[in-house]
Amino acid sequence: MKYPKDGKFGDFGGKYIPETLVPAIEELEENYLKFKDDKNFKKELDYYLKQYAGRPTPLYYAKNLSEKCGGAKIYLKREDLLHGGAHKINNTLGQALLAKKMNKKRIIAETGAGQHGVATAMACAVLGMKSEVYMGYKDTIRQKLNVYRMNMLGAKVHPVKSGSKTLKDAINEAIRDWITNVESTYYLLGSAVGPHPYPVMVRDFQSVIGEEIKVQMKKLSNKTPDIVIACVGGGSNAIGTFYPLLDTNTEIIGVEAAGKGLKSKYHSATLSAGSKGVLHGMMTYLLQDDEGQITETHSISAGLDYPGVGPEHSYLKDTKRVKYHSATDAEVIDAFLMLTRTEGIIPALESSHAIAEAMKVAKKSKKSESIVVTLSGRGDKDVEEVQRYLSKHVKN
Amino acid sequence: MSRIKEKFAELYAKKEKALIAYIMVGYPNENATISAVRGLVKGGADIIELGFPFSDPLADGPVIQNASTVSLDNGTKINRFFSIVKKIRKETDIPLVLMTYTNILYHKGYSKFIIEAKNAGIDGFILPDMSIEESKDYIASAKNNADTIFLISPNTIKSRIEKIAESSSGFLYLVAVYGTTGVKTGIQNYTLKAIKEVKKITKGKIPVGVGFGVSTPDDVKKYIKAGADAVIVGSAFLKLIEKTPQNKLESSIARFTKSLKRQTIQT
Ligand SMILES: Cc1ncc(COP(=O)(O)O)c(C=O)c1O
Repeated sequence: MKYPKDGKFGDFGGKYIPETLVPAIEELEENYLKFKDDKNFKKELDYYLKQYAGRPTPLYYAKNLSEKCGGAKIYLKREDLLHGGAHKINNTLGQALLAKKMNKKRIIAETGAGQHGVATAMACAVLGMKSEVYMGYKDTIRQKLNVYRMNMLGAKVHPVKSGSKTLKDAINEAIRDWITNVESTYYLLGSAVGPHPYPVMVRDFQSVIGEEIKVQMKKLSNKTPDIVIACVGGGSNAIGTFYPLLDTNTEIIGVEAAGKGLKSKYHSATLSAGSKGVLHGMMTYLLQDDEGQITETHSISAGLDYPGVGPEHSYLKDTKRVKYHSATDAEVIDAFLMLTRTEGIIPALESSHAIAEAMKVAKKSKKSESIVVTLSGRGDKDVEEVQRYLSKHVKN
Repeated sequence: MSRIKEKFAELYAKKEKALIAYIMVGYPNENATISAVRGLVKGGADIIELGFPFSDPLADGPVIQNASTVSLDNGTKINRFFSIVKKIRKETDIPLVLMTYTNILYHKGYSKFIIEAKNAGIDGFILPDMSIEESKDYIASAKNNADTIFLISPNTIKSRIEKIAESSSGFLYLVAVYGTTGVKTGIQNYTLKAIKEVKKITKGKIPVGVGFGVSTPDDVKKYIKAGADAVIVGSAFLKLIEKTPQNKLESSIARFTKSLKRQTIQT
């Protein structure tokens, strides 16, 4: 699916939007198509990605972790080392530059874990734009540190108290703001979700992850990785990792949040346990009840706590090119601690889902095989949450 | 001819415009819904929009968001909704339009949902997140069963208005303001301009209704004067329902409806 004209990945994707947004979405698509292959735009974005954000990120061979698991070699794609501490900056720099070219003066965004909000605030600060960020009230509490960071960076944070008070409600509120201020405002969506062209555009901006992996693996072992693994919330770090590898033989695994277990109601495993539907402007897999009402989700990681998923992932699931697995909160905490203690790297709880899967897969794989895990972010923001979890669940 | 089309033909003959009222079913409870409908009919409303709640109403402002949440918490389900519609149908022949979001219809299957709704007494649908690009199956399922009422906005360009008008039946819903339901009040010049534009483009082939933020008799008067064939009042009714005790609901809704309806009759 290079550039799906109607925004469709099979049945998935499309534009299910209020009519007021149609001119804005068309203006966005027109400008994206104009600038995405524009030499100067690419040069400018490239400059910021390298000099400001810190690309390329290393592909680190996690020797200690690999040995501990006793199977395949595990490599970490270190998106956690990017400025801001997550892959989100790849997308916000791209979109903020585009917004600037479009002469938009006001940027709005939603955020779950706060990483996209922080990355938006940074990109807007450096490019001289104003930003406002919608964040579920529940998330403003469990990711408090990121609220402080956004405020310091000059972004205005709006806590959202409607619905489940998490990421999905923050997106609703951002869309309502956009409908209200459609002429002046650019909506800087943080994952590969929403109406066309967002899923394609965000994928393209994040594909730098997979492109670098290809080059770096080639240098290290003269081949493509045997397996790649990434966590899936809305699916931006995952699609950015997977997309450049879709036409290779690499086995690809996305990892969703199984929360307290897929049999419980407390998870966010949209692809593993959901059904088709329409939310936030797209047709995709959703977690919903038997009447089409969206259900509340749970994950220990705010960034994966979302009842939908990017439409291209829905397509890749149905065509079976990508396998989607899940990891429970308990497995995630184990993985978080394991990476922290074996490698001295504190991963984001979101990324720890991918680590948990890699540990399972590595054990079953041959020593000659290579697994690349996208470490989408660092875990400083989660230290408090992990402490809370441990004091509740671990008796000495 | 559909009930909606008949209603507009009847009003046209009388040189009247239409007053369309929106309420959320199950807000704050089912009895209130029945009383409110009686009041609307008594007060002279021409068409009633019945809202079915969705968990994520992204085109709605705080008033309808809250009504959706309360209605869902009260256990409003599709079958329950249809049985309320049947009950209303026993009392009145007024055209009934179901307003909800795409996923509710998609999840059951467009055809199945529309047929069941029609059998209960629903005459048309409004889905604020359904764009014409994605509407093929929906329109095919509604054909000969119900009217499909699409929305346009003050920023919709001419060629697109023409396309949307072609996909619409019953009436065309012009969103008055940039914003969600019930938030911005007062009359904007760009809205009055848009009404004139849309009327010119549609050439009387389909009635044009104006809604979002219409809340007073004076609003109604000005939009009608600008050329609207119908006005749609929603959040203002919900606010009235919220503050009125059940035993006075029917009469106060009737009174407010009458004050709005009066402005749609040319003198
Ligand atoms: C570090 C990190 N990884 C992953 C995600 C999930 O988003 P996505 O699936 O779009 O990559 C988030 C979202 O907040 C995040 O902060």
